Amino acid sequence: MKSTEKSAREPFFQIVKRDNLVWWKAWLIRAAAVISAFLVCGIVSVILTKRGFGSFYVSLFKGVFQTERRIWNLFQNISLLLCISLAVTPAFKMRFWNIGAEGQALVGALASAAIVVYFGGKVPEALLLVMMFGAAVAASVIWAVIPALFKAQWNTNETLFTLMMNYVAKSLVAYFINVWVTSGSGVLGVLKFGHFPAIGGYAYLLNIIIVAVLTVLVYMYLKKTKHGYEVSVVGESLNTARYVGINVKKVIIRTMVLTGVLCGIAGLLLVAGTSHTVATNTVGGRGFTAILVSWLAKFNPLYMILTSFMVVFLQQGAAQVATDYRLSNAFPDIIIGMFFFFIIACEFFANYSIKFRLAKKEKKA
Amino acid sequence: MEKAIAIQMKGITKRFGEVIANKDADLDVRKGEILALLGENGSGKTTLMNMLAGIYFPDEGKIYIDGKEVVIRSPRDAYNHKIGMIHQHFKLIDVYNAIDNIILGESFYFDEAANKAKIASLKKPEGNESRKEKFKRNIKLLAARLEKAGAYIKFNWLSRNRGEDIRAIADKYGFAIDLKKKIYDMSVSEKQTVEIIKVLYRGADILILDEPTAVLTPQETKRLFDVIRNMRDDGKSIIIITHKLNEVLSVSDRVAVLRKGEHIATVNTAETSETELTEMMVGKKVVLNIDRAEPKNPIDRLTVSGLSLINKENVKVLDNVSFTARAGEILGIAGVAGSGQRELLEAIAGLQPAATGKITYFKPESNEAVNLRAKTPTQIREMGVRLSFVPEDRLGMGLVGNMDIVDNMMLRSYKKGKFFFVDRKKPKSLAENIIKSLEVATPGTNIPVRRLSGGNVQKVLVGREIASSPTVLMAAYPVRGLDINSSYTIYNLLNKQKENGVAVIFVGEDLDVLIELCDRIMVICGGKITGIVDGRSATKEEVGLLMTKGRQMEQSPSTVGQRG
Repeated sequence: MKSTEKSAREPFFQIVKRDNLVWWKAWLIRAAAVISAFLVCGIVSVILTKRGFGSFYVSLFKGVFQTERRIWNLFQNISLLLCISLAVTPAFKMRFWNIGAEGQALVGALASAAIVVYFGGKVPEALLLVMMFGAAVAASVIWAVIPALFKAQWNTNETLFTLMMNYVAKSLVAYFINVWVTSGSGVLGVLKFGHFPAIGGYAYLLNIIIVAVLTVLVYMYLKKTKHGYEVSVVGESLNTARYVGINVKKVIIRTMVLTGVLCGIAGLLLVAGTSHTVATNTVGGRGFTAILVSWLAKFNPLYMILTSFMVVFLQQGAAQVATDYRLSNAFPDIIIGMFFFFIIACEFFANYSIKFRLAKKEKKA
Repeated sequence: MEKAIAIQMKGITKRFGEVIANKDADLDVRKGEILALLGENGSGKTTLMNMLAGIYFPDEGKIYIDGKEVVIRSPRDAYNHKIGMIHQHFKLIDVYNAIDNIILGESFYFDEAANKAKIASLKKPEGNESRKEKFKRNIKLLAARLEKAGAYIKFNWLSRNRGEDIRAIADKYGFAIDLKKKIYDMSVSEKQTVEIIKVLYRGADILILDEPTAVLTPQETKRLFDVIRNMRDDGKSIIIITHKLNEVLSVSDRVAVLRKGEHIATVNTAETSETELTEMMVGKKVVLNIDRAEPKNPIDRLTVSGLSLINKENVKVLDNVSFTARAGEILGIAGVAGSGQRELLEAIAGLQPAATGKITYFKPESNEAVNLRAKTPTQIREMGVRLSFVPEDRLGMGLVGNMDIVDNMMLRSYKKGKFFFVDRKKPKSLAENIIKSLEVATPGTNIPVRRLSGGNVQKVLVGREIASSPTVLMAAYPVRGLDINSSYTIYNLLNKQKENGVAVIFVGEDLDVLIELCDRIMVICGGKITGIVDGRSATKEEVGLLMTKGRQMEQSPSTVGQRG
C-alpha cells in the first residue's frame, strides 16, 4: 500500500469512557479544577496589573468579605440568583429549555412595582406585600405558561419562544416606566412603600430565609414527590412517559407554572427586598446565569447553593480587583469565563480518562 | 484450491472500560471468498469488524493486508486499504439521491491539462462569428476559468455525467436500482443497495456487511445473496456478520465463529453442520427444549376484531386484524420485522389512539366485556384491567436507562397511595425480590439500569411487568440480544405465567422458538393476519410461507441484472 508511510503511526492517545468513578475522586478532580482556575486567574492578573501574585487574591477576597455590608451583599446576591436557578431547574430536568427566566422574573418585578405604584400608602403595608406577592406570581406564571401551552399543544420550540418573551417583558417595563414617570427622566425612583420588614435590623435577611426555604422545598419536590418523579421520567424519555400513562402535556404545563411561581417570587424579592424599584435591567442577566448555575449543579438544588455562591463570589471579588487596579469592567467577565472553562472541562475528565499509548518499536516484516 | 490471504488479524484485543469486547482474536480473510462471521449477540463480531473499518482502534494486536502490517486509524485509512463496511444502521442523507450519497466525501479529479487546452481554444474566435456566438463562447470561457479557480481553492465541481461510473458498477454486479431516486423514497433494501454501491465505488475489495439480512424479506435476501456471489466471482472478499445459521450455510464459503470476543474456529462451510456451529457459538451442547404444558381451561380473555391503524406517515400499518387471546395459553406472533407487530401491541396497550376496530377485554371475575380501544394506559389501569406490556425498546420505552432499579420499579406503581410524596420502600423490596428470584447480576438496587447487561435489563423489565400479576402479558421480542441462558429464563417465566392462567402474547423472530413455545402462532404480514396455526403441528416452512404471503403477490420476481 502506498499510504503505509503516512499512517503507520499509531494514535498517540485514546479517550476511554470511565465506567464508574468513586465520588471522592470525582470531587478531587473538581477541586483540582478550581485550584488551577485560581492559579491561572492569578497569572493573568499579574500580567495585566504587573503587581505581585498575591495581591490579586487579597483584592479578590477583600471584595467579598472585607466589610459586613459586602458579606450581606454576597448572600443577598446569592439568594436572588439561587431563586431564579431554582425556578429554571424543574423545567430543565424535564428537558424543557426555558431561557426566558429573565423575562419571567422581570414581569414579576413589574407587577409588584405596579401594585406599589397604584396602592402604595393606600392599604396597610402587610396587605400591600401580600398583594405584591399575588400580582408578581400571577404575572410570572402567565409569562411562563404561554410558551408551555404552545409547546404542549403545537410542539413549538420553547427555546426561541421563551427567549423572545424576554424582549416583550423588557418593552413592557419600559412602557410602564414611561407611564408612571411623568418627569420624562425614564427612571422610576426608589419606591417608598412595599419594603420587606428588616428582621433583626438586617434588611436582606428575609430574602435569604425565603430562598433557603424554597431551596429545600424544590429539592423535596424533585426528589420525593410524584410530580418530581413524573418530571424526571418525561425528561429522560417521552416514550416511557407515554408507556406508563403520564399525561405529558399536563406535566409540561404544571412544571412551567411552578417555574412561573418561583420567578414571581424572585421578582418580588427584587422589588420588595432589594432594589425597591424596577427598570429594564432589574434582573441583571440572572435569568441566564441561572441556567449555568443549574447545569453546573446537575439540577440538584443543594449543589446549586455551591455553584451560585461561586458565581456571585467571582463577580463580586473580580469587580473589586478591577476597581483596585483600574482595570476595565470586562475584567470580572474574563475571570468568570476562565473559571467556567476549567470547571466545565473538568467534567470531561470526570467522565473520560485519557490513556497514552506506549511508543512501540515496529519492525517491518 | 487455497486462495491467497487478503487480510489477517492477529491477537486483536479491545476493551471498553471493564468490558472486554474482543480478546486475542485472530481472523484471516482470503481473496474471492465469502466469509461468515458467526456469533451470538454481544460476542464481539461488530467490534472486530469496526476495527478493520477504522471506527475503533485495537488496544492490542496487529492487522496485515497482503502480508504487510498496516495501521487503520480512520475510515479513510480503511478505504485506502480497500476495505469498506456496510453498517447495520445506514448512514445516508435522506434528501439526496443515490448518486449524490455515493459520491459524497469523494474528492474529484481535476484535469488541469484539459482545462488549459479548453481555455486556449475558447480564447480565439473560430473564423468570423456572430455576436450571439461570441457571447456563447465568452460564457463558456468564463465557466472554464471558474472551474480552474474552483480547483485552486479545492472546490470540487460535480461532473454532469457523474452517475455513469456508478451505473456501470450497479450493472456489473446486478443491482436493480434507480440511482436518481431520493433516499427518503427508498425501501430499506434499496438503501442497503446504495450503501453497498457506495463502498464498491470507493474501490473496496473487501466488503464487510453487518447483519445485512436483519431487515430484509426472504426474497430480498435471496437477491442480496445473488449479488454477493457475483462480487465474490469478481475476486472481492466479502465478510458477512450474522447470527443466523441457515444464511451462513447457504451463502458462505467459510465460517469464523466468535464467542465472548474470542475466535473459536474457522471452518469450511461445506464441511460443517448446523449442530457443530451452534456448539461452537454457544460453547456447550445445548438442549433446545422448552416445556409446553397443555393449556388449562382456555377461556377468551382478549378479543381483537377488525383493528386497523394508519400511522403518521399515512401508511396502513394494521389492516383489519382480528384474533382472540385466551387465558392460560401463549399466542405467538410471527412476521418479518416491521410488519405491524409493534403497532398491534401498542394499540392494545393504549398507545395508538388512532386505531379503529374493536379491542375487547373480558374480566376474569365477572366475564364482563370491557372496551379497550382509544383508552389511555391510565384509563385502562383504572378500569381494573391488569395488562402488562414488555415493549421491544427496553431502555427507550419500558425502562428509563438513567434511573436506578428502584425508580424503574416505580414506573408502574408510583401513583398508588393518596400522598403527594412517592413511596420508595415497596419498590425497593420489589427490586430486591426480582434481583434475587431472577438472578439479576447487579452490584445493588441503586445503579442506573443502562449499566446492566442486556439480559439483566430484560429480567428487570419482565420482572416488573409480571409483578403486577397481569391477566394479559404482551412481550415484544423479549429475548432479542440475550444470550441462550437468559433467553431460557425468559421463556420459563412466560411459561409460568401461562400456567398461572395469564393470556400471554409473544412476538418473536426465531421461528424454532415460536414453534416450540407457543400454543398457537398468528402470522402477520404487511399489517394483515395471514394465518393462525397450531403451535404443536405447525412447521417452519408453513409459518415462513405465511410470513411472506402478502408480499409475494406485490413484488415481481427478483430482477437480477447481467452478471459481471
